[in-house]
Amino acid sequence: MDLENPRAEPDNFVIRFANVNGSGSASSNALIARCIFRMGHTIGAKNMFPSNIQGFPTWYEIRVSSQGYTARRGGVDLMVAMNGQTILKDAEDLEKGGVLIYDSTRPIAERLRRQDVLWLDLPLTELARRHFPDSRQRTLLQNMICTGVLCRLLRLDETLLRELISGQYRSKSALLPVNIKAFELGCRYAAEHFKCLPFYVTSSGSGERLGEDAPLLMNGNTAMALGALFAGATVCGWYPITPSTSLIDAFSDFCQRYRTDHDSGEKKYAIIQAEDEIAAIGMVLGASWMGARAFTATSGPGISLMCEFLGYGYYAEIPAVIFNIQRCGPSTGMPTRNQQADLLICAYASHGDSKHIMIFPAGPDECFEFARKAFDWAERYQTPVFVMSDLDAGMNDAISPPLKAASFAPDRGKVLGMQELEQLQGPFLRYADPDGDGIPYRTLPGVHQKGSYFTRGSGHDRAGRYTEDGALYQENMRRIAAKFKTAARELPEPLFPLSHESASSVIISYGSGSEAVKEAIDLLKADGIYLNHMRIRAFPFSARVRDFCLTQDRCLVLDLNRDGQMACLLRNEFPELAPLLIPLCLWDGLPVQAEQLVRDIRTLMPGAL
Amino acid sequence: MLSIEKPKIASVLQRKNELGLSPEDYGGAPSTLCGGCGHDSVTAAIISACFELSIPPENVAKMSGIGCSSKTPAYFLRGAHAFNAVHGRMPSVTTGACAANRDMYYLAVSGDGDTASIGLGQFIHALRRRLNMLYLIENNGIYGLTKGQFSALADAGSRNKQGGMNPFTGIDPVRLAMTLGASFVARGFSGDKEQLIPLIKAGLLHKGFALIDVLSPCVSFNNHADSSRSYDYIRKHEREVNSQVSEDFVPSREEIFLLPEEQKKALRTACLHDGSSVRMRAYPESCYEPDDKQAAFRFLDDCQKEGSIPTGLIYKEAETEDFHDMCGTSQTALRDLPMDGLIPSPETLRHINQQFR
Ligand SMILES: Cc1ncc(C[n+]2csc(CCOP(=O)(O)OP(=O)(O)O)c2C)c(N)n1
Ligand code: SF4
Ligand SMILES: [Mg+2]
Repeated sequence: MDLENPRAEPDNFVIRFANVNGSGSASSNALIARCIFRMGHTIGAKNMFPSNIQGFPTWYEIRVSSQGYTARRGGVDLMVAMNGQTILKDAEDLEKGGVLIYDSTRPIAERLRRQDVLWLDLPLTELARRHFPDSRQRTLLQNMICTGVLCRLLRLDETLLRELISGQYRSKSALLPVNIKAFELGCRYAAEHFKCLPFYVTSSGSGERLGEDAPLLMNGNTAMALGALFAGATVCGWYPITPSTSLIDAFSDFCQRYRTDHDSGEKKYAIIQAEDEIAAIGMVLGASWMGARAFTATSGPGISLMCEFLGYGYYAEIPAVIFNIQRCGPSTGMPTRNQQADLLICAYASHGDSKHIMIFPAGPDECFEFARKAFDWAERYQTPVFVMSDLDAGMNDAISPPLKAASFAPDRGKVLGMQELEQLQGPFLRYADPDGDGIPYRTLPGVHQKGSYFTRGSGHDRAGRYTEDGALYQENMRRIAAKFKTAARELPEPLFPLSHESASSVIISYGSGSEAVKEAIDLLKADGIYLNHMRIRAFPFSARVRDFCLTQDRCLVLDLNRDGQMACLLRNEFPELAPLLIPLCLWDGLPVQAEQLVRDIRTLMPGAL
Repeated sequence: MLSIEKPKIASVLQRKNELGLSPEDYGGAPSTLCGGCGHDSVTAAIISACFELSIPPENVAKMSGIGCSSKTPAYFLRGAHAFNAVHGRMPSVTTGACAANRDMYYLAVSGDGDTASIGLGQFIHALRRRLNMLYLIENNGIYGLTKGQFSALADAGSRNKQGGMNPFTGIDPVRLAMTLGASFVARGFSGDKEQLIPLIKAGLLHKGFALIDVLSPCVSFNNHADSSRSYDYIRKHEREVNSQVSEDFVPSREEIFLLPEEQKKALRTACLHDGSSVRMRAYPESCYEPDDKQAAFRFLDDCQKEGSIPTGLIYKEAETEDFHDMCGTSQTALRDLPMDGLIPSPETLRHINQQFR
């Protein structure tokens, strides 16, 4: 049988691992991804896992691309089908001419096999049983045998892979020899039984990547935790929720390493697991009010619970940083699936007129930078700031330039210290606008009697005194609106990663949705469809967002939600854009595939064909 | 808007404390509560206690939720910052503030509805975490600000102004606090300043979570004849334990407690962490050491059986650990740590980068 898959070629292909969750496959799959990355290639790695601890199907996809694409392409060239329950369905997802490896200890009958793909029989359970007496270790070792097989099939750098395996078992070195044995067994079995595949990883990548400027492979949650560390954040109140928990775990690890006094054991931080998200945001507001840099990380259900306090933060003007790692759906939804569906609730969270700053980072380096700067913005504008990430950006490793910053000096905003208060003539006016930018001056408790004021969510005048006077209420609320205008001028501007002189339409994206856009634009270009690309990075929007849109015939707004929430915000804030905006919604909960995006753009722009 | 000027709460006496401040310096804005409201008496007791302890007002953080009671921080210590949080959520805000700055006096005022109805969850978790704070419940058995609905602290069987009966079990905040980690638990009565002021003083200086459940009648909605939170009812049913004599609070620097010998014998001493102590008059019929939790529970049971309301210092743990001891937080307040010591160096970042290649 002569099978051909024209889509897969050396350094350009897609592997998907189909596993049972809880079987320890995730770490060995990640090893393969890191090995290809270290060999100098561009990869994208996406973990598509269930909301379950053990026994459900789970998938892990690695994209290798010589053009530098990292999003999912669409389709699969090599299926490592290790979940007996899903094997036939997994086979269906393969490209024609694709390759499937499966555990042939329980063989699949010839008549059930898809005929236009290559089946590689690997008696994995049998091999493990024969070579490893300890039955408890066998499932885990099967993963390592499989890693050995793939090393040979894909011509991975064996020395490097061994080194990575050793690294993984650094803290459990007793387990290393048996894992290496399993790995070697896999390599040997493949050499003896399988021919090399037509697609593989060449050694012609950019070579070993270890220099100072070499890229990283990191997930967004880790990058954001580092952002909080390098912002000098000391108080964190949180409540566990996927997919934000790993951000707190990472912050906790970094604090143990870099914020603990090695002699006294004293902690220069407080991470408090709250009783719920209401308490978590309450803690953040209390700590920020007291003058520490404080944050929480959560996801949709947590945001819903926080709403009353968010309105308080807006109106009483207290800094707070909220990392919202969005997930799929209303209510519990699909907790381990991806969406960007909290834009509307975060933009206007809480009752009454209120509005909040949202920052949309894309890629680990920007996750780091924006997480760090979010503390500056929260203190500068004295208001809650949402850093809007999502499950895909937060939990999946992505290639990124090294994390760096021109300066780590924090901007603590307008705070009157001891000396200024000492010299203050007249009463301290907490909610006045002496600089004409809408931003008042604040004071911290415990510094000076003259700075004291009554922080309240009830109607207040410029001195923070209770009022039910409509005119005073309006004066204060108008000032807050002006403060948000100032913020809109100073927050990160949109970026224009791609523009083409013959393009008169733009695709607008933000956050993780942006990853597939470049590839989609390149694919469409081949068909003679030209598109510009604008990536929005902050809300309230910069005037540049509107100005640029007005130069375009059509603005396709890529949203990972059903209702086109970004398009809705743009319409709401800039009504004049309404006729130009075309929602482009991808919302099945999985990371965007470039080819799907292309199909959707084609249907939305039939005239362009 | 109409509002009636009320006489200032603060004593007009021109006494001065160690800081050279007068009671008036511990006052606040004029109260806007109903004339005769128990909460105003608690405000007055707080002013006296802080004045007598010579606490610098700016070293106090006044924390409260929502309700008539939670408004009162506006009426005392104008030189202190206040955080009037959302309804029932003051404990979480205090947790964050306390985590950020261990060097303040956290003086929290809440209502029975704010604490035990909407806020029961947060209240319990603050207890468990042993925050170093004084938590005053101004307990009138009902929601004053929303006009008289029963709170979760209302006694079962008590009647509201319209004659409606509360069929549900009332939560006892004293027992709850003793069970969950409060290391200082007392009950006071807004109508008994002599007892309340020393309790507040001791509670403020106490390290760890100090709770005072202050019975504080609502004259507008819960002071009728068949209410168990009326002035009359409390006066008739109160049973004191471990109540302090008036000059009972002995700062560490005072070496000798000047009292006749026979009176001294009748006093029990509870030591505070800074070396000072509170002395209490021991009532023969309810005599137990305040750190004896079992005896305290027995006393509460006795009172319940006879239908009396126990007041005074009911329980005080001998040695206490607070939130920061349990967490191992730095001795310097987190918010006072210089930023350049908190932010790792660019060199460290390069090192971290390397771990992700
Ligand atoms: C979320 C929310 N729900 C309801 C209210 C209305 N509300 C204001 S005060 C209060 C009850 C306060 O009772 P309590 O704490 O006992 O204080 P009191 O007025 O009796 O001193 C309620 C229900 C509110 N402010 N916020
Ligand atoms: S309604 Fe009751 S609790 Fe509120 S101020 Fe009046 S008397 Fe006090
Ligand atoms: Mg009440």
